[in-house]
Amino acid sequence: MQESDIQFLENSFKKYYFDHFDQIKVPERTSEREFGYQKFNSGMTRHIAIKDDRELHLMLIQNIPSDVYCSNAYYTFPNLPMNEKDWKEADLIFDIDAKDLNLSCRESHTLSICNECSEISKNSSQCSKCNSTKIEKKSLPCKNCIDASKIEVSKLSEVLIDDLAVNKENIHVYFSGNEGFHVYVYNSQFQKIGSRERSELTDYILLRGAIPETFGMKKLKQDRALFPDFDEKGWRGRFAKQVFGSKSKRSKIITELLANGYASFQKTLDDVSENIGVKIDPNVTMDIHRIFRLPGSINSKSGLTKIQCNDLTKFDPYTEASFISDDTVEVFANCPIEFKLKNKKFGPYINEKITIPTFAAVYMICKKLARIA
Amino acid sequence: MLALGQDEIAKYPFLADAGQYLKDQGFSLEQFGSDPDLKQLIKKAYDRILVAADGKIYKSDLDGDHVSKEAALPREVFSFLLAIVLLKLSGMHTLIKRFALAEARRAEKYLEKDLANISDESKNQLAIRVIDDLFSVQVEKSDDYFIIPVSDYLKHSINFHEREWKLINRHVENGQVFLSPHETVRLIRKELGTYINSKIINAKTPTMIPGFEDSVNKLVSLSKKFTTYTVTTGEYPPCVKHAIDILEKGENLPHSGRFMLATFLLSKGQTVQQIAPLFKNAPDYNERVTLYQLNHLAGSSGSGTQYSCPSCEKLKTQNLCFATSECDNIINPLQFGRKKK
Repeated sequence: MQESDIQFLENSFKKYYFDHFDQIKVPERTSEREFGYQKFNSGMTRHIAIKDDRELHLMLIQNIPSDVYCSNAYYTFPNLPMNEKDWKEADLIFDIDAKDLNLSCRESHTLSICNECSEISKNSSQCSKCNSTKIEKKSLPCKNCIDASKIEVSKLSEVLIDDLAVNKENIHVYFSGNEGFHVYVYNSQFQKIGSRERSELTDYILLRGAIPETFGMKKLKQDRALFPDFDEKGWRGRFAKQVFGSKSKRSKIITELLANGYASFQKTLDDVSENIGVKIDPNVTMDIHRIFRLPGSINSKSGLTKIQCNDLTKFDPYTEASFISDDTVEVFANCPIEFKLKNKKFGPYINEKITIPTFAAVYMICKKLARIA
Repeated sequence: MLALGQDEIAKYPFLADAGQYLKDQGFSLEQFGSDPDLKQLIKKAYDRILVAADGKIYKSDLDGDHVSKEAALPREVFSFLLAIVLLKLSGMHTLIKRFALAEARRAEKYLEKDLANISDESKNQLAIRVIDDLFSVQVEKSDDYFIIPVSDYLKHSINFHEREWKLINRHVENGQVFLSPHETVRLIRKELGTYINSKIINAKTPTMIPGFEDSVNKLVSLSKKFTTYTVTTGEYPPCVKHAIDILEKGENLPHSGRFMLATFLLSKGQTVQQIAPLFKNAPDYNERVTLYQLNHLAGSSGSGTQYSCPSCEKLKTQNLCFATSECDNIINPLQFGRKKK
């Protein structure tokens, strides 16, 4: 990124941080958390301890970070090196990202930026100009991406509440600021479990590693009575609803499953997992030392803010999460895909000089699809 | 410490304070070495170790839930305590491990029976308390099942490699896992073994007691039988070969794949400098980041933890397993090609 772009983003971010202190609050048990931040074109500064909102705001204004993070873990000494921090516990966190959902729309709004010659082309694994394979993918997520991610969030909440006895009030959902959602679970029985345990929990939520026997299919001595019923709790119940469709079809489908045999059932199970498993990123959940984007901070991949979604169904990130100013600015844009922000349509732009509101300029510059003219 | 009845000490002798028990019964170790009647018990203790070394479970004089004869009870406990004395005197860790495991499995049988005992409430309450006190697993009875919190279940189940122990293959409801008495006890087998093992390791080693020498010497020569030698072919397992292939082709290997490759090679003794060039073709290669991450995995920077190579089970769920018949039921890629001689 060129110096003038960085300057421009920093000014825009600074204005946001200055005008919206109310959006940016330290999380509970602040002094037990580790904070960190990144500046444009620079590495991560972490192992920071912060006392309260005022200290946080001071840090933001002094450093104008591109991204701000805070641990989901609680430590006795958050500012010491990792092995001296004395890990106490960590909130359970989940990352749901549209890019992990294998959506058919992705193709149409993903761009490839060549790391060698900066050529921007439609989604491909090779640069159309210099054939380099060093490609950076940028996506301008669409409504379908957000809707599909919301469905995953709802599925996740269901498993958390019904299977894992998490209180609904303890589940907080945030728009990640780019292409998905971050889900926090507070005060659950899982606060103190370690990384390997969390990894097992993610396999459960993803419906991964299931064996046919769990859903009633055996190699020998097969028994129809072992197959799940419609009203069963947990994954067996969800499996029944997905595979049998209706109660009346249950018997017929069990006969088919038995006839197709054990190996075929494993394939059925893989399909079911793909369809009804909750598509969380397991690496985020199992990392108990992570610093995770701070609610209220700007995501420098988009210039949008990570904000809490109180009504997930109605939530529209492209109207609700953009807090950058409407003042106009002149940019060179090379953004071959149309996008919508704050109810206005932008693009496509093919190597052209345009005058647009700052929020749209910030969005494109963050995506490396425009630069300050 | 739990207050134990006579039967309980015979079933779970590792719960007793050994020294205190002998004192309460009015015996000293020396008497066992000299008194002809008591000396038989050393033979019994020796046999108890022998059975364990063979991988079998010691068949006690307990008849079902009860001690068959009044006199059998102390014998039962003494043979356990004397076995520990013999093991300590022999100093043979392989035997201690085997003994602890066999004793754990023996206790497991009783725990299971006690848990399932519906006619005697005090029996299953005791089993529930043993499990809670020793292993911090809160067990509750619910109809024919025992239910434990998912978080407690996970702490123990992560040590199993069999797929049926994965949480996904369990009946989970309302934050609880439903288990049969057998499964409940099986869940803590390893910890039970570890508990008994640590009790033996931490016990004070007495100086040689006259009358114990013979058995101790026999144990020392017995333990030699269990030393094994292993050789490896040096060939990489298919998952590692696959990961190297992907990188050589300049394709993207997911983070989990890079993690496996790096931890595997580090465990095989390669240095960070030797491994780093493998990642040169990765689409997002950055030398500084690669070295930082490799050093982190090796434990030479950051938390100092040396990361270990993920299990085959884990790799399967990450779609990184490409098992062939040569894998031969190994549970970690590091075991590939290892043959016992």
